[in-house]
Amino acid sequence: MVLPALLQPNSRLGSRMSKQQHYRTPLRLPDNVVEVKSKFEAEYRRFALKRNSPGDFQEFYRLLQTIHHIPGVDVLLGYADVHGDLLPINNDDNFLKAVSLASPLLRIIISKKEDEPGVFATNSLQRRKKGLGLTGLRTTVSGSAHSKNKPGLMIGLPQNFRQISSIIDVDILPETHRRVRLHKHGTNKPLGFYIRDGVSVRVTPQGVEKVPGVFISRLVRGGLAESTGLLGVNDEILEVNGIDVTGKSLDQVTDMMVANSHNLIVTVKPANQRNNVVHRGSKTSVGNCGSVGSVGSTGSTLSHDSPSPASQSNPITASNSIAEGDSDNEDDDRDLILENDCLTPFDSHHITNSNNTNLYDRDSPTSILHSTTVRTPLPQSISLPNSVGASLSDNSTTMSTLNGNTASSSHENMREDGNIITL
Amino acid sequence: MMKFRFRRQGTDPQREKIKQELFAFNKTVEHGFPHQPSALAFDPKLQLMAIGTKSGAIKVYGAPGVEFTGLHKDTTAVTQINFLPGQGRLLSLLDDNTIHLWELVAGAPREVGGVKKEGVVSLQEVGNYSLPGRPGIESCSATRVTVLLLLKSCDLLCIGTEGGGVYFLQLPCLSLKDNQTLLQDQVTKSLPDDYRCGKSLGPVESLQEHPQQSGKILIGYSRGLVVLWDLSTRYADQLFLGKQQLESLVWERTGNLFVSSHNDGGYSVWPVTSSNTYNHQPVTSTIPYGPFPCKAISKILYRTTQTGSPVLLYSGGMPRASYGDRHCLTIQQDKEHITLDFTSRVIDFFTIQSPEPEKEFDDPSALVVLLEEELVVIDLQSPGWPSLPTPYLAPLHSSAITCSCHISSVPPKLWERLVNAGKAQHGLQQTHRSWPISGGKNLALPSKQQELLLTGHEDGTVRFWDASGVALTPLYKLSTANVFHTDCDPSDDPQDPSDDPDMQQEEEWPPFRKVGCFDPYSDDPRLGIQKISLCKYSNKLVVAGTAGQVIVLGLSDERSDHLVDVSVVDLLQDREGFTWKGHDRLEPRLKPAPFAPGFQPLVLVQCLPPASVTAVALHAEWNLIAFGTSHGFGLFDYHRRNTVLARCTLHPNDSLAMEGPLSRVKSLKKSLRQSFRRIRKSRVSGKKRTINTPTSKVQEANAALAEQEEVAPVQRRIEPRSADDSLSGVVRCLCFADTFLRDGTHHGPTLWAGTNSGSVYAYALEVPCVGSGRVSDRGGASESSVCVEAVLGKEIQLMHRAPVVSICVLDGRGKPLPDPYEASQDLAIAPDMTNAHSVLIASEEQLKVFSLPKVSAKTKFKLTAHEGCRVRKVALVVFSSAAQEDYSEHTLVCLTNLGDMHLFNIPGLRPQVRYDCIRKEDISGIASCVFTKNGQGFYLISPSEYERFSLSAKVVTEPLFSVQLDRLLEPTPAGDSTTTQPQANGTHKNQMGQAEGQTEEPPSSLSSPNLDTPLDSPLSCADLTLDSTGELTVEDVRDFLTTVDEAENNLKNIKEEEGHTTGILIN
Repeated sequence: MVLPALLQPNSRLGSRMSKQQHYRTPLRLPDNVVEVKSKFEAEYRRFALKRNSPGDFQEFYRLLQTIHHIPGVDVLLGYADVHGDLLPINNDDNFLKAVSLASPLLRIIISKKEDEPGVFATNSLQRRKKGLGLTGLRTTVSGSAHSKNKPGLMIGLPQNFRQISSIIDVDILPETHRRVRLHKHGTNKPLGFYIRDGVSVRVTPQGVEKVPGVFISRLVRGGLAESTGLLGVNDEILEVNGIDVTGKSLDQVTDMMVANSHNLIVTVKPANQRNNVVHRGSKTSVGNCGSVGSVGSTGSTLSHDSPSPASQSNPITASNSIAEGDSDNEDDDRDLILENDCLTPFDSHHITNSNNTNLYDRDSPTSILHSTTVRTPLPQSISLPNSVGASLSDNSTTMSTLNGNTASSSHENMREDGNIITL
Repeated sequence: MMKFRFRRQGTDPQREKIKQELFAFNKTVEHGFPHQPSALAFDPKLQLMAIGTKSGAIKVYGAPGVEFTGLHKDTTAVTQINFLPGQGRLLSLLDDNTIHLWELVAGAPREVGGVKKEGVVSLQEVGNYSLPGRPGIESCSATRVTVLLLLKSCDLLCIGTEGGGVYFLQLPCLSLKDNQTLLQDQVTKSLPDDYRCGKSLGPVESLQEHPQQSGKILIGYSRGLVVLWDLSTRYADQLFLGKQQLESLVWERTGNLFVSSHNDGGYSVWPVTSSNTYNHQPVTSTIPYGPFPCKAISKILYRTTQTGSPVLLYSGGMPRASYGDRHCLTIQQDKEHITLDFTSRVIDFFTIQSPEPEKEFDDPSALVVLLEEELVVIDLQSPGWPSLPTPYLAPLHSSAITCSCHISSVPPKLWERLVNAGKAQHGLQQTHRSWPISGGKNLALPSKQQELLLTGHEDGTVRFWDASGVALTPLYKLSTANVFHTDCDPSDDPQDPSDDPDMQQEEEWPPFRKVGCFDPYSDDPRLGIQKISLCKYSNKLVVAGTAGQVIVLGLSDERSDHLVDVSVVDLLQDREGFTWKGHDRLEPRLKPAPFAPGFQPLVLVQCLPPASVTAVALHAEWNLIAFGTSHGFGLFDYHRRNTVLARCTLHPNDSLAMEGPLSRVKSLKKSLRQSFRRIRKSRVSGKKRTINTPTSKVQEANAALAEQEEVAPVQRRIEPRSADDSLSGVVRCLCFADTFLRDGTHHGPTLWAGTNSGSVYAYALEVPCVGSGRVSDRGGASESSVCVEAVLGKEIQLMHRAPVVSICVLDGRGKPLPDPYEASQDLAIAPDMTNAHSVLIASEEQLKVFSLPKVSAKTKFKLTAHEGCRVRKVALVVFSSAAQEDYSEHTLVCLTNLGDMHLFNIPGLRPQVRYDCIRKEDISGIASCVFTKNGQGFYLISPSEYERFSLSAKVVTEPLFSVQLDRLLEPTPAGDSTTTQPQANGTHKNQMGQAEGQTEEPPSSLSSPNLDTPLDSPLSCADLTLDSTGELTVEDVRDFLTTVDEAENNLKNIKEEEGHTTGILIN
């Protein structure tokens, strides 16, 4: 399976940089072989894989560990696709995809897990290359599609995949309108948009008339609204969570949106009508007609017909999005209630003040959530409040028997995921 | 789809009928002093006084309780008012040179909530007239009206104008007598040549009818000429060739002489003897405050008395250099001379005397002076001319109102003691004379219960008002300044009765006397009162202020000198890294201070940092007070004088709150927003102009600029609230309750606190000696030495993080818990302690009911998500049915930032009715709103006026009276009455949006009156469960109650509650 293991050990990178250019004459390899160039820290390895039977992800992972002499080190794998995007390899599917797309060279970038979690992003590779001075490599990558001043979208790690937005009610809305649902749970991303007053033109039996309207005025870079690609500047806002905004002031609409911000459904009339969803007779469900994941949909905003690549490649994500769809109504109102275990029932002895305040320090609010997450087999679900909610309702008996002896580690977990805020 | 949902609700006719019997919205009466008064008149026959305002309102007052209002269609200042004596008619002159005739009409009987009510007398405009003149340039037009004179016969109105002409108008038809018009040329003809000198006589300054001979009027021209004109012969009887610029004229009663006042600060007395046509010199001419240049005497009155010398009353005339800025009125009789020194401008004044012409003397009984900010009445028959307290028109804003508080059904004992304390305060100033304006007959039944309105002021005073009836009468004034050591000694309060005004008069000239109580200048803004709480049963009062001071006061009938106990509570609780950049705390007095009978301070608690107190709660039965600022809250036992609890609510990232007074942060935000709006406004207007005349190049350029500006319009950020929003730690509400916090079987004292960031803290309190049964339970805890203890029980973080506006605990029947003492002294129905309690938490965005002790959501209503409005004020109110004697309902009243009232039933939180009440631009009005316990409320419509409104069909406090007229009082046709009825307000309001409580058609903007129609989005079929109650019980509860048994117990409770909840909802 593995052909020549080491093409070029390259340990003294700095001094031999210029020389390397010469080695880079493309080797004419047979068509059934994929040339692989992997990089870990400052070291490069070159080898080849069979195009037809590259093996599975685990094998490949171990192979790389061996080749780079880093057994036991947890690493993340990424590859450069034809657009110059750095995309992750973490399962068989995307490994196979990576191999099949390699033309001619498959470039693998390995990073340590404990480092800053690998930033997978469009265009990110080009920037990185520049930093290393490996500009020559660009010839293999068709990065021309991206303008230089426009950095690519940020792509999260697969385990953070969750549904962040969806287009809904396609079948009952006029084609010129779009109803977008933004999921703001669990993310630290801002919703990231601004609205303004404006004038909207309506066609009425009496003719064209101008009425005041509310419009999106700005999208914040890196915000949820921008990253979905479903909302645009100058889109007119028609409804907020099903309530018509006609006749409401900008401040009223603002308050309505903020009040619904955890599960915001805005119906807009997009300023750009070219990307409108075309009606499909086959679509019958009123629920989520399409979901747009945050990964793999760089340009494809409307992938509602086929499952998004993200959910396809990641079963966890897929199941999550279902869970979210089902339990949205519930988790929009989960107020966090902390109860003090020191607050004894009446007949028992009461505990003194000082003791109590210790336990009740703001830094150690222990919630039932922590404990549930401990026993949850999938650590990924920590970030998903609804799944926790679901598990909560499932075993409500367990929750009341908990005695506040949760491990502090789970508490840390909690903090990182930002659940304290979003509950 | 949405419409379908709307139709589903509100179809139960039975319920609709009940709603009509419970709820009705009315703005009933305005309390306080009219904002910006501009005219004054008096009807001596009907004994009614009218005040006109700059906003075009005419308010008529008679005996206390008799008042009514007329509102001109245009918001133009009323410059003059004239009564047609005895007829119930009056004439008003507006700033736009129009004359309006008003009539008193009896309103048609109307029906409120199925109960017939008598029609209310109101003012209605019956005609108007404006003198013909060149349109457009009215301000300099010759026909601009300067003065009006209504003849005693009431059939002719003489109109003096700027151009010097006098016009005559027939009444009541308001038609001009064309041929009678007296132009200046006619007068000039008869003048001697040396006086004429080619100049115009100037505008007509004064018109006065001869007191004895009808048909003769005195015309005074600005240049100084006074003519006695005979209307029948149309000839000048006599001419008085004055040389000084004329300001006003007044007849002596007999008509033998008249007095003129002049621009130079002097007045002259002219004899009227028929012997000579030309009078060159007055008998006497005096400049009272000379010899240095004086200001004009704008109005003068001359009144004869039986006892001796006539009384001369005039406004102005002060020495220009030394006292030119004073607002003065002089009363002079023989040697007695008093210069009343007011704090605001004199608008007009009149004297009250017997109207019968047969009497030989005027013998004025009282002087009524309308000032810009208050009404002052001087008793002219008591020696020393003391001032009379006014039963209405009280200047609420004598110092700016900072907060208010309403107490309903005050116990008679407390009432009596308050009245006595108030009387003692007035002391020497009080005369025993009755109120001289006594027109009309108050038909309103004396209210069954006494109501108190407490207003806190910027100068640290709390004023107690009798709010039981239509007239808001001052009862008692409490000053908190003397608890502190301030720059000025608190004892030289100008209102203090001990400083005798006569003492200082001896040497001073002019002999000033401070009159009136309008005093907008505060010695120290930190003294300002922010929160008030009064326990009407124990007579304990808590007053909290701007510098973090919380004062507990007790009522005492004796004067007392004592030292006030001081405690300092650090709310930061050794939180580090914060600095307070605001004001210092007030310095408490170290020496014992004298305290007058009334409320006397017992304990002073000072919060550190000394930020303004934002919430306060008093539980007199437990001897506890709770108070909150922008940094945290504290609990203090004022009986044992110890701090029970101090809790910091600051978020670690919140640095803004620490910086200083709240206003700094707020005002920055506000000013930014305002400046944005201003830019926007100017842009809009600029654009309009360019459309009108698009030719000019400059304007084109401007338009282009405006277009460019369009790129950055006013925009709002859409972001959920985060924990580190500034001011998140501000404590918004506090409440005490005896309820179930620990478990479902034992109840006990609790304290609840809500913050700006949607956090609610619930503490279980250990109060020794509370509930004798329970004390023995615990064993050994009954010693009084045991301190109160507080244990944190629950912490609720509302997910939407909106500020918590109010917290209220509901008993087993879903009724709010009674006030302290009410239950223990059998003054109210005892709360249901057998069934599970619940807590109602109202945030700015949502109303939510949670079960207790297991905090899980039972019902909720998401107001902001549906309406885009935010809750500003919340109150739990008992509405009694107007039809059924013993039927009442507890209702939650919400005032939103759009100024509308939403009514919800509890605990179901089902919307009942919605009314538009306050204009949404009127931010101070919305902020000042207070509710009574039985469905009325007050809000400020100007700095000096409260509008009283009623949401209840039964409890309505509105003027009900009769006026005896010379003519027949015809009721208006029923159709008209509705238009006049709601307008009994002296301010122009947008009547368009006023929902008049027509419950048969549920207000469509209330989108979700039914609990199970939460969202109107078609997608939300699945969301239907959202607001329903049963499924909501699983909350993220951090429950670490000790034992498994206990937990199971709780679970059982939950189940019980669930069953119970649905029961309530079905009802």
